[in-house]
Amino acid sequence: MASGPTTGTSTTGGPDLVETPGGAQPGPKPAGVVEREFTVAVRSQRQMILRRFLNHRLAVASLIIFIALLMGSLIGGRLWHYGFADRTGDYSQPPSLKHPMGTDDIGHDVMALVFRGAQKSVQIALLVALLSTTIGTLVGAVAGFYRGRADALLMRFVDLVLTVPSLAILAVLASVVGSKAGGWFFVAIVLAGITWAPISRVVRGVFLSLREKEYVEAARALGANDRRIIFRHLLPNALGAIIVNATIVVAVAILTETALSYLGVGVQRPDTSLGLLISDGQGAAQTRPWLFYFPGLVIILIALTVNFIGDGLRDAFDPTQTRVRA
Amino acid sequence: MLAFVVRRLIVSVPVLILSSILVFALVAFSGDPLGDLKAKNPPPSPAVIHAREHLLNLDKPIVTRYGIWLGNLVRGDMGRTIAGTDVRSDLARRLLVTARMVILAMIFAIILAVIVGVISAVRQYTALDYTFTFAGFLFLSMPVFWLGALLKEILAIKFNDAVGRTVVYTVGDSTPGLTGGFFGNLGNYAAHLVLPTITLAAISFASWSRFQRSSMLDVLNSDYVRLARAKGLSKSRVMVRHALRTALIPLVTVVAIDFGAILGGAVITERVFAWHGMGELLITGITSKDTNVVLAWLMVSAVAVIGFNLIADVLYAYLDPRIRHG
Repeated sequence: MASGPTTGTSTTGGPDLVETPGGAQPGPKPAGVVEREFTVAVRSQRQMILRRFLNHRLAVASLIIFIALLMGSLIGGRLWHYGFADRTGDYSQPPSLKHPMGTDDIGHDVMALVFRGAQKSVQIALLVALLSTTIGTLVGAVAGFYRGRADALLMRFVDLVLTVPSLAILAVLASVVGSKAGGWFFVAIVLAGITWAPISRVVRGVFLSLREKEYVEAARALGANDRRIIFRHLLPNALGAIIVNATIVVAVAILTETALSYLGVGVQRPDTSLGLLISDGQGAAQTRPWLFYFPGLVIILIALTVNFIGDGLRDAFDPTQTRVRA
Repeated sequence: MLAFVVRRLIVSVPVLILSSILVFALVAFSGDPLGDLKAKNPPPSPAVIHAREHLLNLDKPIVTRYGIWLGNLVRGDMGRTIAGTDVRSDLARRLLVTARMVILAMIFAIILAVIVGVISAVRQYTALDYTFTFAGFLFLSMPVFWLGALLKEILAIKFNDAVGRTVVYTVGDSTPGLTGGFFGNLGNYAAHLVLPTITLAAISFASWSRFQRSSMLDVLNSDYVRLARAKGLSKSRVMVRHALRTALIPLVTVVAIDFGAILGGAVITERVFAWHGMGELLITGITSKDTNVVLAWLMVSAVAVIGFNLIADVLYAYLDPRIRHG
């Protein structure tokens, strides 16, 4: 699984962006006195955002749990002494020290299955977040900055993507791709093909309002070209909205992937995913509840922590939304 | 207003056609719909296969097939399934089953979301608000099918055992072989509806109540509410007459935007509770590569989404006099 660690670092990049001082931004490196002044201002704002986030105790706790889950899902399966395809010889055992999550009726260790499933879910979610945020930001930025014909064309396309219930499109796409290629990678590509659309709308909205600001006019008067204005002036100011939406996409992607697998069009056997595990364990909820509860609780824990992190980030980036007294 | 409605309807026609082309191509290229028939043992004679291919127009090029499909659709004919039955009559029957669940779940979710959201906003930063917030996030992070299975396999069965007879049904949309008219069977329908409705409503309820809370907070902090209080109006009168009425308006848009997601959720909910609704039709259509069936689902859903959004926009303009569509 060579791609595991790569995607891993890319998503921790989400929260990391908040901490990194100015230099890590896309676009040309700053040079000259004026630029340094600009970066200093950005840095102090970042520190304020970071401080506000750290004050949000639930979000910080969620971040710690989420990183632990991330590590556990990406490397836990390799450290655990049962593989997800191993037959242990213990059939339908309740949770014990030997099998902390029990075993299923053909002797699989449920803990190993959950590790494997969580790994697939997390890999998919991280890749989807990366792809859809990049595409959505680019499309939204172009539409919002240039307006006019490009905007109309791109937004009609977004309408098209959003008109049809996305689960149906995903199910069709996933069954087409899944029957031909299979694997989590294609499920992720398919999911990203839908989830970029709402992000592009948000980014477009932010760009539409930001492009009228005085500092854009000032930058243009100083001779900045479009690319420079977009990447150096507008994108950093839209970063809050983008990061918050990226966390939402992570949660949505995890839940949608499990739903697709549950419907039988996501991750295909003999591989496994949390959705498939729940689908299998559902009938056994009464007699062997460990088959049903553990995969479900892992999904909920991942999605819940991601949602809380997103909430904390939203408050950190936009303090005006909170602390209002009735 | 009439001009606005007409313009929106005209704009949505190309969107519908484009999405149908997209899905038609996807399903058509996803594999051979007669694969199951050809794989039969003993293999059917070439004449049988040719006849079926001719019946389904599979012997014609894909562009011609799309043209035939579109031409038939305009005349109200949705074509035949791979098995040779009429798609439209099947769909019409299933539409009623699904609509029953979707409409009830939406009403239920809206009422609950408004109550919880308003209480949360009025009692901001109290234990009650935190409880509601946490519950909202929890539902938001829960896979629909896991919640459904939990209700079905654990709660409903325990509840029925405790009462001593089947009060809430866990499988199907009605008891097979019912006699009597629609109204005579209302009780039976209702007993089957309880669990799917709760399941489907829970997911939308979570995000809507969060939205209602922030919208109510915005209004409560506005100048005109403060003025009303300063003029000496009682707190409850200001809450209901001035604040709540305004705070309800933005929810209209959010409900409309989420409608597509609810239809997707209904597909999963139907699967959990073994309903014979539109969702089941979609999933069997996708797995058997039945273009006409998938397209029929898609058209009905897309028209519903477009219509619902249009109603929401008209309603919004009516409720909020600041917005007028030219």
